[in-house]
Amino acid sequence: MSDSQDIAEHLATSAQRDEVLELGMWTFLSTEVLLFGGLILSYFVYRHADPQAFLAAGRETRIVIGTVNTALLLTSSFCVAAALQAAEQGARRATRTLLGIAILLGLGFLGLKGVEYLGEYREHLVPGVNFARTGQDAHGIELFFIFYFIATLLHGVHVVAGIGVLAVFAAMATATTARSRYIAGLRTAALYWHFVDLVWIFLFALIYLPGRSS
Amino acid sequence: MSEIRRPERRLWRPFVDLVLCWIGLLALLGLTVTLSYQPLASFNFPVAMTIATIKAGLVAAIFMELRHRSGIIRAFAAAGFFWLAILLWLGLMDFLTRV
Amino acid sequence: MTGKNYLTDDYRLGSWFTTTDHKRIAILYFATLIFFFFIGGVAATLIRIELATPGPDVVSADTYNRLFTMHGIIMVWFFLIPSIPNTLGNFIVPLMIGARDLAFPRLNLASWYLFVLGGSVTLFAIFMGGIDTGWTLYTPFSTLYSNSYVSVAVTGIFIAGFSSILTGLNFIVTIHKLRAPGLTWYRLPLFIWSLYATSVILVLATPVLAITLVLLTAERLFGVGIFDPRIGGDPLLFQHLFWFYSHPAVYIMILPGMGVVNELIACYARKKIFGYKFVAWASLAIAAAGFLVWGHHMFVSGQSLTASLVFSFMSFIVAVPSAIKVFNWTATLHKGKIRFDAPMLYALAFIGLFTIGGLTGLFLACLAFDVYATDTYFVVAHFHYIMVGGMVTAYFGGLHYWWPKITGRMYPEYWARAAAILIFFGFNLTFFPQFVLGAEGMPRRYHVYAPEFQIWNVLSSGGASVLAIAYLLPMFYLAYSLFFGARAPANPWGATGLEWQTSSPPPRLNFDRQPVVDGDPYDYAHAPEPQHV
Repeated sequence: MSDSQDIAEHLATSAQRDEVLELGMWTFLSTEVLLFGGLILSYFVYRHADPQAFLAAGRETRIVIGTVNTALLLTSSFCVAAALQAAEQGARRATRTLLGIAILLGLGFLGLKGVEYLGEYREHLVPGVNFARTGQDAHGIELFFIFYFIATLLHGVHVVAGIGVLAVFAAMATATTARSRYIAGLRTAALYWHFVDLVWIFLFALIYLPGRSS
Repeated sequence: MSEIRRPERRLWRPFVDLVLCWIGLLALLGLTVTLSYQPLASFNFPVAMTIATIKAGLVAAIFMELRHRSGIIRAFAAAGFFWLAILLWLGLMDFLTRV
Repeated sequence: MTGKNYLTDDYRLGSWFTTTDHKRIAILYFATLIFFFFIGGVAATLIRIELATPGPDVVSADTYNRLFTMHGIIMVWFFLIPSIPNTLGNFIVPLMIGARDLAFPRLNLASWYLFVLGGSVTLFAIFMGGIDTGWTLYTPFSTLYSNSYVSVAVTGIFIAGFSSILTGLNFIVTIHKLRAPGLTWYRLPLFIWSLYATSVILVLATPVLAITLVLLTAERLFGVGIFDPRIGGDPLLFQHLFWFYSHPAVYIMILPGMGVVNELIACYARKKIFGYKFVAWASLAIAAAGFLVWGHHMFVSGQSLTASLVFSFMSFIVAVPSAIKVFNWTATLHKGKIRFDAPMLYALAFIGLFTIGGLTGLFLACLAFDVYATDTYFVVAHFHYIMVGGMVTAYFGGLHYWWPKITGRMYPEYWARAAAILIFFGFNLTFFPQFVLGAEGMPRRYHVYAPEFQIWNVLSSGGASVLAIAYLLPMFYLAYSLFFGARAPANPWGATGLEWQTSSPPPRLNFDRQPVVDGDPYDYAHAPEPQHV
């Protein structure tokens, strides 16, 4: 084997190393599902308690930014999946380019999210900071936006972490000599990035789509 | 395998299924936004969640390569969502049955 | 002594803090947990001193609140949950499955550092003035009313939670992917099955606690009330989220103990575990069903009657796999060549105490009785029988059983048996009177009580002092054995299991050559005779 020096001393083969990495990441992702799961339960409980307010709150969100951001993350996920295929076929520059695009799209997502937060701040929709709504829906809208901020901030932390990981792999794409280990690592990192995308798909449906038809 | 800086002769292209998946995801995004503006009354929410689930399924099956994976990995992928279902089911049960 | 072992591999102190060897990390956890056990024990001692008399003699009501909260938080999150998994599990799992280390050795070290960081933050909260909400941190008390260091303590628990998650993840991947050739699932020792089930809970329940604590802290720091009734929030949502973690966490605090007891019973009865597959699957059944019963902590909280009925029914179901285990242990003892060595004394104590704890749990699963017993000493006695009588007893049993393997030294058997018997006696004297107190209606979490309860409280406090001495005894004779104990052979108990096939203590990478397995576990018909050293 050309890469026997890339295997830690407690593992036997590169195949075992790859399986360990992939299973470890899937286990970690199941943890992540439940981390967001607590928030999702809160959302459903309060949506059930005050459905009208949640529709009203959904209308307050910025669907254009939300939709563009979803497209950015989906495209970014596509780039990472393609980067993995490129790496598997030995196309190192394509790997680096695709990961670079994925990172830029991720940064674009964060930038737009910042614009969105700023708008919500100006419209007095930030609970605990400057929330100012009156009327019978006000409490429900406040609960919605507490969920909104905690869920999107938590997701944003995951995006930042993902960008960091992708940046490491982009930097190593053409330089690394440990190819099989690099590919196994990139596959694991890609799983994480796709998961960040997957969480957003559900957050998008819960946050931006309610109340549009009324 | 030894030349590290060998230039690539032609532009590398991703597999067609990845591209199709990407286009499909964007189409579903357009569809869900469009449908959310249609007056479907109480059906808007189930429709949005169904499309989100299909999108998530596409990401998991194709981008995350679950379609090429063995039962054990699929079981691990499903476990988190199964337990999430327990949390939502028993958690909501209280709030839905209060009198 | 041939060659170096993991202890003598590198003598520098710094090598311990940068080690990725699962055995050394287990030792780091041992040291940390002894420290936390001591802190939690001091709080328990002060509680029992205060409760020796009906009046407020030693501490104020406010201090008492902080004492039982500190006792609960430290003992649950910083002793019981990591106890067997992170010490014995960390040490033994790779050895038992014939691996050279856990799947992610550096992650293992990172999880210890996270644990120490989380513990330090929590201790900081305690020494700043403490926290008075009870370990359950119920809202709205913990968010709106408490003036203690809730946010800091919660941050510490949050950090320690990730230590739990990473440990569980490491065990799951290790057990799936690093088993020795020939070691199929049904050839695994039952300790592995129970730690696998524990890890499933660690990975799937702990994140819900983490997000709940985030919501709690956000509510305290920013005044945004997701559980705040003033804006339509529901404090019961906190309880649902909290118990979705904390009820399965109860099984984190018993399944590893059951795993240890399997090993002890088989070894000291010199028999195969009766109904191996049933016991193995019972572990997973307990882990899975444990997620379906959390509402039984909320019968009087105001949750819907439908929810209470469903949760009550589910709670009875969990008793089935637990009972399977107890029956199979007793069936294993039947016609066994039983030796009453110290670890076996602990194992037998475990079976009895766990059965009492489990059966009183069935009382509490019953709606009508629970309404009467909620927040009384009956509940306190019930869960101490599981957690202390069960888990801590199993922990001491496992510690003695694997002590020769871990340290390479034999402990003094006479003293070990004396301590085991004293722990059993002290434990029952401490906690059995609390069943009586609870049945008579004494509420928990008060520093004063009606004078007619005094006789049982005096008995309980007396038992607690016996128990304290009994827990201190092993620290002395085990420390003595480290320096003066006889050298341990590879397999002093004549036990089966791969961990006994390597030297005591094992070399750094566990085995000189890769072991191969070609038979069932617990094959005591063909095991070597115990060596009396």
